[in-house]
Amino acid sequence: MANTSEKEPLFSKKNIGLVKDPLTDNNPVTVQVLGICSALAITAELNASVIMALSVIFVLGVGNVVISLMRNVIPSSIRIIAQLVVVAALVIIVDLTLKAYVPDLAKKLSVFVGLIITNCIIMGRFEAFALANTPWKSFLDGVGNATGYGLILVIVGFFRELLGSGKLFGIPVLGDPVEKTGLYAIGYENSGFMLLAPMALITLGLIIGFQRSRNKNLIETN
Amino acid sequence: MSLKQNLHNLKEKYRGTKMEQSFNALHTFLYMPNITTHSGAHVRDAADLKRVMNTVIMAMVPVLIFAMFNAGFQHYGQINGFPSGMSFFSTEFWNLDNFWVGFSKIVPMLAVSYGVGLGIEFIFATVKKHEVEEGYLVTGMLVPLIMPIDLPLWMLAVAVAFGVIIGKELFGGTGMNVLNPALTIRAFLFFNWAAWMSGDKVWVHGAVDGVKNAAGTDAISGETVLGTLAANKEVGYSVSDMFFGFIPGSVGETSTFLILVGAAILIASGIGSARIMISAVVGAAVMGLIFNNIVDAGVITESSKFYSLMAFPFWQHLMVGGIAFGIVYMATDPVSAAQTATGKIIYGFLIGFFSIMIRVFNPAYPEGVMMAVILMNVFAPTIDHYVVQANVKRRMKRLKVKTT
Repeated sequence: MANTSEKEPLFSKKNIGLVKDPLTDNNPVTVQVLGICSALAITAELNASVIMALSVIFVLGVGNVVISLMRNVIPSSIRIIAQLVVVAALVIIVDLTLKAYVPDLAKKLSVFVGLIITNCIIMGRFEAFALANTPWKSFLDGVGNATGYGLILVIVGFFRELLGSGKLFGIPVLGDPVEKTGLYAIGYENSGFMLLAPMALITLGLIIGFQRSRNKNLIETN
Repeated sequence: MSLKQNLHNLKEKYRGTKMEQSFNALHTFLYMPNITTHSGAHVRDAADLKRVMNTVIMAMVPVLIFAMFNAGFQHYGQINGFPSGMSFFSTEFWNLDNFWVGFSKIVPMLAVSYGVGLGIEFIFATVKKHEVEEGYLVTGMLVPLIMPIDLPLWMLAVAVAFGVIIGKELFGGTGMNVLNPALTIRAFLFFNWAAWMSGDKVWVHGAVDGVKNAAGTDAISGETVLGTLAANKEVGYSVSDMFFGFIPGSVGETSTFLILVGAAILIASGIGSARIMISAVVGAAVMGLIFNNIVDAGVITESSKFYSLMAFPFWQHLMVGGIAFGIVYMATDPVSAAQTATGKIIYGFLIGFFSIMIRVFNPAYPEGVMMAVILMNVFAPTIDHYVVQANVKRRMKRLKVKTT
């Protein structure tokens, strides 16, 4: 392998940074503002968010390694097609697995698993990182970015499911809206707006705003 | 020492402290500030932001008072039967029983609206170190007037917080908001808790609780005129009922007559734009006429679900629902409306036009005017941009003709 000459430890500070940075200061969703479409579409339930996050972690982690291994043989003129073939293959694996083991959820995620192919984060990492780095580093980078994406999905999903349907992972936590127990007994009602995409965008915007208020370096001046 | 002098002294004491902004807000609410402008151009005019806002509130007071009586009138009318042959000054309407029902429902809404909204404004002013702006005075008054009478107060509080923070403060506060804050609040409520904001159970006090009559059935149904039409049923109200406002609906939207009085105050004081109001009415009438003609031409038959709404005479469309209220108090909001003279005409016309269109074609959004005003708020800067560009182009052409 190419990196043996460097004798870099597996979890050097730089390598750890590859996983840690995308979680916070270089988050693909809140800082680079990529992958918004799926973040809005499937976050109405926490279950779906988690499954989506795991799928993307798998696709991006494995895909980055594959692309990195092939980086010296892919002619640059057709690299986009080569990358698409890799993502498509991985996405089909994920899609069929979901359909086989969690058919209900697969139905809810419907087209969005297939649309992982078009998730900007994936093609972005292939282009920007895997084509120029060793497999191990690419793997860490892929897992890091996908986790950063998944983290936001789960945060948005948490608020949307809690406020929108009073549940977490499908389990009622605020009481029963029909029987009027728990919070519902004192007149609380679910917020229907939370289940619609516009409110997901506003929630995401608030997360972005919150992050930037804590880390002033992220604020662009124009 | 007078109170005025005391306040001026206190002001010096609070200067530079955290409480400065809050104190100044209260101080200028009571007295003219004892500071004068030091530099720049001086415009000597009593019509500052505070005066403007107060005039709008004055224009809303008749509507508010009528709304309190109407709330009780609808409530008791549904239970005991409506008196027939109402005129505007009937004592069946103007009595204390009616007033008390409305008063006990609307005053808490006003308190919540002002309490939450102004509370947030004060907090933002203190943190951001700017003066408290008067913008919320009007919004706070508009909010209860566009709500169903039985709306739970906590929902109103949540919506006001959302509207003020997301709809206004995030854009930079008073004068910077893209959307009308009061309508942002209403839209938020509408999408969040649609069951409380639409249907036939919310417009008359007591309908939600299911007040029973002597026969033991639900006494109050309280469908609005538009709801009745959307269900292709016969409207039971006379034209004068609709015009004077003896009909169910959002708190302050029913009385077209008093809204016209408000419009007169706004236009006479030069605060509301007559251009917007008139062009909006024209726009609504045009859309209504188009629908009426489609029905007359026999394209839409009685089997269509749009039949009743389309066949409803265009001039009566202007008197039911919130369109009159929306045109007079919402569309003319100087911040979110178009700024150029030509722009105002286009903006107003499209508001009226779309209001009736949404109202007819999407009975799920029975209040077309809310959507129409928000939509046109978004487009107002675009309209202005093209009006200005057209003007620039015309003058450039003139310049070229002169020079050649």
